Amino acid sequence: MMSYGYFEHDADTGIIGRGNTPEEAFISAAEAMFAIMVDITTVHAVQHVQFDFEEADVEFALVTWLNRLLTEARMHGLVFGRFHLHRSGVRWEGGAWGESWRDALEKGVEVKGATLTLLSVQSSPAGWEARCVVDV
Amino acid sequence: MDLSHLVKLDDYRWSVPLAAGETRAPVCLYGSEPLLASMDDKVLEQITNVARLPGLVGAAMTMPDAHWGYGFPIGGVAAFDAEQGGIISAGGVGFDISCGIRCLRTNLVITDILPQMKMLADILFHTIPAGVGEEGELKLAPAELDRVLAGGAQWAVKHGYGVAEDLDYIEERGQVAGAVPENVSDHAKKRQRGEMGTLGSGNHYLEVQVVDRIYDTEAAQAFGLSEGQVVVSIHCGSRGLGHQIGTEYLITLAKAASRLGVTLPDRELACAPITSPEGQQYIGAMNAAINCALANRQILAHLTREVFARILPEARLETLFDVSHNTCKVEQHKVDGRQRELYVHRKGATRAFGPGHPALPERYRAVGQPVIIGGSMGTGSYVLAGTRESETRAWSSASHGAGRAMSRHQALRRWSGRQLVDELAERGIIIRTRSMRGAAEEAPGAYKDVDQVAEVTEKAGLARRVAFLRPKACIKG
Repeated sequence: MMSYGYFEHDADTGIIGRGNTPEEAFISAAEAMFAIMVDITTVHAVQHVQFDFEEADVEFALVTWLNRLLTEARMHGLVFGRFHLHRSGVRWEGGAWGESWRDALEKGVEVKGATLTLLSVQSSPAGWEARCVVDV
Repeated sequence: MDLSHLVKLDDYRWSVPLAAGETRAPVCLYGSEPLLASMDDKVLEQITNVARLPGLVGAAMTMPDAHWGYGFPIGGVAAFDAEQGGIISAGGVGFDISCGIRCLRTNLVITDILPQMKMLADILFHTIPAGVGEEGELKLAPAELDRVLAGGAQWAVKHGYGVAEDLDYIEERGQVAGAVPENVSDHAKKRQRGEMGTLGSGNHYLEVQVVDRIYDTEAAQAFGLSEGQVVVSIHCGSRGLGHQIGTEYLITLAKAASRLGVTLPDRELACAPITSPEGQQYIGAMNAAINCALANRQILAHLTREVFARILPEARLETLFDVSHNTCKVEQHKVDGRQRELYVHRKGATRAFGPGHPALPERYRAVGQPVIIGGSMGTGSYVLAGTRESETRAWSSASHGAGRAMSRHQALRRWSGRQLVDELAERGIIIRTRSMRGAAEEAPGAYKDVDQVAEVTEKAGLARRVAFLRPKACIKG
């Protein structure tokens, strides 16, 4: 049941990621965020980056995950379309596949960072939902 | 915004009464009834939260262009005293640290450039790196980037980007003190490697404009502006480096607040006492990002001059002024008759020193600091001048833009980027963009009426209108 969506914010954009686990919801949130910048279905998975971080607070972990992806993308001049994430206690190991920007990729709007605004990671009978506002 | 929660002090000033048992500093909202009514209720919630932060001096304020932000509202102004436990807030500065506007006046009138306008727009578009993923040609080694973070626009001028006279017309002469490059992470520095001399996307732009109307002849003369004159405005900030500092310190300061006993009504206000190690670290990093932004706009001004020189060799572009509108600056202000050092947060608000302020260049000292209210790509922008009243009203602050009236998703549902670009072309405004989605999100109709914002800014005594600038060509990311 992984899926992503958006919610309204005056100046920026609210993103929502859904999944059966927090990790799946985080992956969906990453898709929502990168879909603001590019049509993620058109991104070729030719390069891979991997990283890990420690964070006990699951909501801060969502923001850290999203911001780390933005950092890795900009440091390596990449755009991502696919993501993976694994959690073991407070340790999160994740990564993404993507490629360098090329002319055929239609550009959306740059996301500057994920914020703590309207940040929540919650479970319900339908599954997990992760949301926050990203600054564009 | 539901105005029934407010008390009207005069036509352009409103306060929020304390609820029973509530303790917080005063709140002051600047704006007309229609402008305030059009704001989201979140603006009121956010600025009221700011008024609960420790060490706040005077009121927590919003400017007439305020809208819902994160932590602080955009258009929020708040000053804190370190000696009274005052805080520094990453949410009160914003992610795009020192985002601002460089305005260049030219010696050209609009008829000089109309025949070449399309060519000018095309070459600017191909010369100025703009949009997500675009990189600049300047790639700096880590040690050199540290010198940028310490030197700001002064570093840029020293390395051939622009002329020394530019520095006279940049806040802090292009180099803010207190920058500590060591407080900026390796990630932030790596992220900036390809981003010096880039515009970014979203609401950032480079616009060729014509002075359409003069409101204040004396100030216009001092600013070197006259009707029909061509000016160029560049709106951008500290790029990836500032974004990275903002994101990293947001969590660091949120955790510090909790540890140091600062109660946060909203985690996004992420802050720490100014005197705490975390507060001091952030201030050093933030000042480095301010210098990064000042250098970035200096490089972009230089690239703009090079394009004009290729097409119009007789063109001279001089810096009118460079203002930042996402900062926290240490300033001296008179409080109850006593001079005090305050940490003035302006998030989406422009510093607006009035006539006679010692920080102003000699040329502008009699009329006040140039204040630039950037409008949307289809409407126009205003140049204003700081007033003496603004010092007592809002720590010498004024509006920074038109302010959004609707969300980006609402705008996307209402407009198509292609259609919008074509419609603006029919109105004589050339848009060059790498993102049609971005163009739709930035539709003029998605913003408040900039005329109202500028008029209310003047009537509220924050700054007075000097000139209206009409867009002719706009480069967007």
